[in-house]
Amino acid sequence: MDYFLTEEQSMIVEIAKQITDEQIIPNRAELDEKDEFPREILENMGKADLFGVPIPEEYGGFGGGCLDIVLALEQLGRGCIGVATAFAASSLGIYPIMISGSDEMKQKYLPDIAAGKKFAAFGLTEANAGSDASGIQTTAVLDGDEWVLNGTKQWITNGGEAQIYTVVAITDRSRGARGASMFVVEEGDPGFSCGPKEKKMGIRASSTTELIFKDCRIPADRLIGRKGTGFITVMKTLDSSRPGIAALGLGIGQACIDEATTYAKQRVQFNKPIIGFQAIQHILADMAIQLEASRALVYASAKHIDAHPKDMSKVSSMCKVMATDMAMKVSTDAVQVMGGYGYMREYPVEKMMRDAKILQIYEGTNQVQRNVIGQELNKEYSRK
Amino acid sequence: MKIIVCIKQVPDAKDVRLDPETNTLDREGVQSIMNPYDQHAVEEAVCLKEQLGGEVTVLSMGPPQAEEVLKQAISCGADNAVLISDRAFAGADTWATSYTLAKAVEKIGEFDLILCGKQAIDGDTAQVGPGLAIQLDIPFVTCIQKIREASDTELVMERMMDDGYDVLAADYPMLLTVVKDINQPRVPSLKGKMKAKKVQIRVLSAEDVGADSAKIGLAGSPTQVVDVFPPPPRGERSILTGTIDEQIEQLVEKLAVYL
Repeated sequence: MDYFLTEEQSMIVEIAKQITDEQIIPNRAELDEKDEFPREILENMGKADLFGVPIPEEYGGFGGGCLDIVLALEQLGRGCIGVATAFAASSLGIYPIMISGSDEMKQKYLPDIAAGKKFAAFGLTEANAGSDASGIQTTAVLDGDEWVLNGTKQWITNGGEAQIYTVVAITDRSRGARGASMFVVEEGDPGFSCGPKEKKMGIRASSTTELIFKDCRIPADRLIGRKGTGFITVMKTLDSSRPGIAALGLGIGQACIDEATTYAKQRVQFNKPIIGFQAIQHILADMAIQLEASRALVYASAKHIDAHPKDMSKVSSMCKVMATDMAMKVSTDAVQVMGGYGYMREYPVEKMMRDAKILQIYEGTNQVQRNVIGQELNKEYSRK
Repeated sequence: MKIIVCIKQVPDAKDVRLDPETNTLDREGVQSIMNPYDQHAVEEAVCLKEQLGGEVTVLSMGPPQAEEVLKQAISCGADNAVLISDRAFAGADTWATSYTLAKAVEKIGEFDLILCGKQAIDGDTAQVGPGLAIQLDIPFVTCIQKIREASDTELVMERMMDDGYDVLAADYPMLLTVVKDINQPRVPSLKGKMKAKKVQIRVLSAEDVGADSAKIGLAGSPTQVVDVFPPPPRGERSILTGTIDEQIEQLVEKLAVYL
């Protein structure tokens, strides 16, 4: 379907498509097999200016909106959401700086990210703080002109590979949600280290580690925004980034339809290509319907979010749920259409099905997203 | 450092068919692309510019739609683009093309280095690069697979040979033709694409470059294409199996037929 993209948006799609087709697709199976971080591909994305898409022009980026980043991520996701997750997590890592950071902080960190010279990561999750972010144990205490961080973050994407980490820590436990603050921690800061790479079911090209803070001392000016605004920054960050995860779902959905339909046209059983059987056609038709419906919601949500509406949380949760549930369903169906071949690692849909599962879990589980939507509806109708 | 890169728009080889009746290229519905070797020449020029400073001018002879490949080169880091386009250039062979490009290079003015792809994938002659150097009376080296060292005064490079490579050094000005091993062409950047959208391509006619009308186009081309035909199909082939000794025995038997 034609969404009448602007010329700039078409350029973003072309660049992301070329990198996906020429660099990601030919290498994705090996990256997955070897749990290998795609540093060279990410550097090439940097040279092609893709990391600069969401960053304001005054900091070396393009000042693109939500739809621009969605379009790039959809293409990258069509190739490999492991690679695309490494890319997206760098944007996620700098959203707190873009949302709440000072001008000096933006000047210091954003240009290198925009150029792809440095990668970022976002540190929220802990062993006892997943869906319930209020369970955060990591603390930050001001000692003279330094903050001292202690605690451990878990399952942090780009851990060990990023140079810039934005981290949530409790600065005043007595103040509850208003007692959390966000900080920038840099690779090499004293007392900061990353754990070993986690072994994952999918998105294995991306790196996932613990972030360990043992009396980690950082300068006072690494505080992002004001003390106590950490949770607000986190919520705004996730509201901004969720449509990107939805876009990865669109990418997987498209790739699965491409693979399954091509296969169904070639695979002959009972003397005809299996696409001639209604049982197969109906599966493919349902896959296509769900993909196009999801794409329509994601693009519409992204455009809506670009207008900075009040119901941003609800809309970004809605598109994340729909497109990622679709990705899980459609990738499972693609494996079914391809039967035994689909289950084999020789064909890419096996990996897509493994990869798709994370989309329903990370950046807020789809159950938590439904909570957000429900709570927002409740609030809206209380006002009426 | 001033670098000129000669590039050509060619039909995508994946799509090219020969019309069985006329034995000419059937170009209908065939996509046009930048000659793949030339993409490597553009990349090398941009890398040298990034290393030594200076500017890269891309030059193409062709119909107005060849602007597309010039814009592609701009999006990949080239600075200026020149298109030489004139109906009078039509039907040029490699001699007339080399002459015409040389006139355009003289018009562009100063340069230190000219880079070309080893050959174009449509004509496959590999003659235009060397031809251009001869016309300009400058040294040339073909089939460069690597530039080892680059400075403002000379280049040290590797020339691909059948059995390895030669290491050569040369002073400017010079012309090099490059093979695909030399680099991996970059993906156009967003900034580059924005620039390409706005770029003004300088278009020069035969008159603009001061070309002698007797030396351009079909009239200026000594080459005559007498016939174009698909190669005859290969004869029957078979693969010998068994131990080496058995295979040798079978081979001798087969060859004996011809004695």
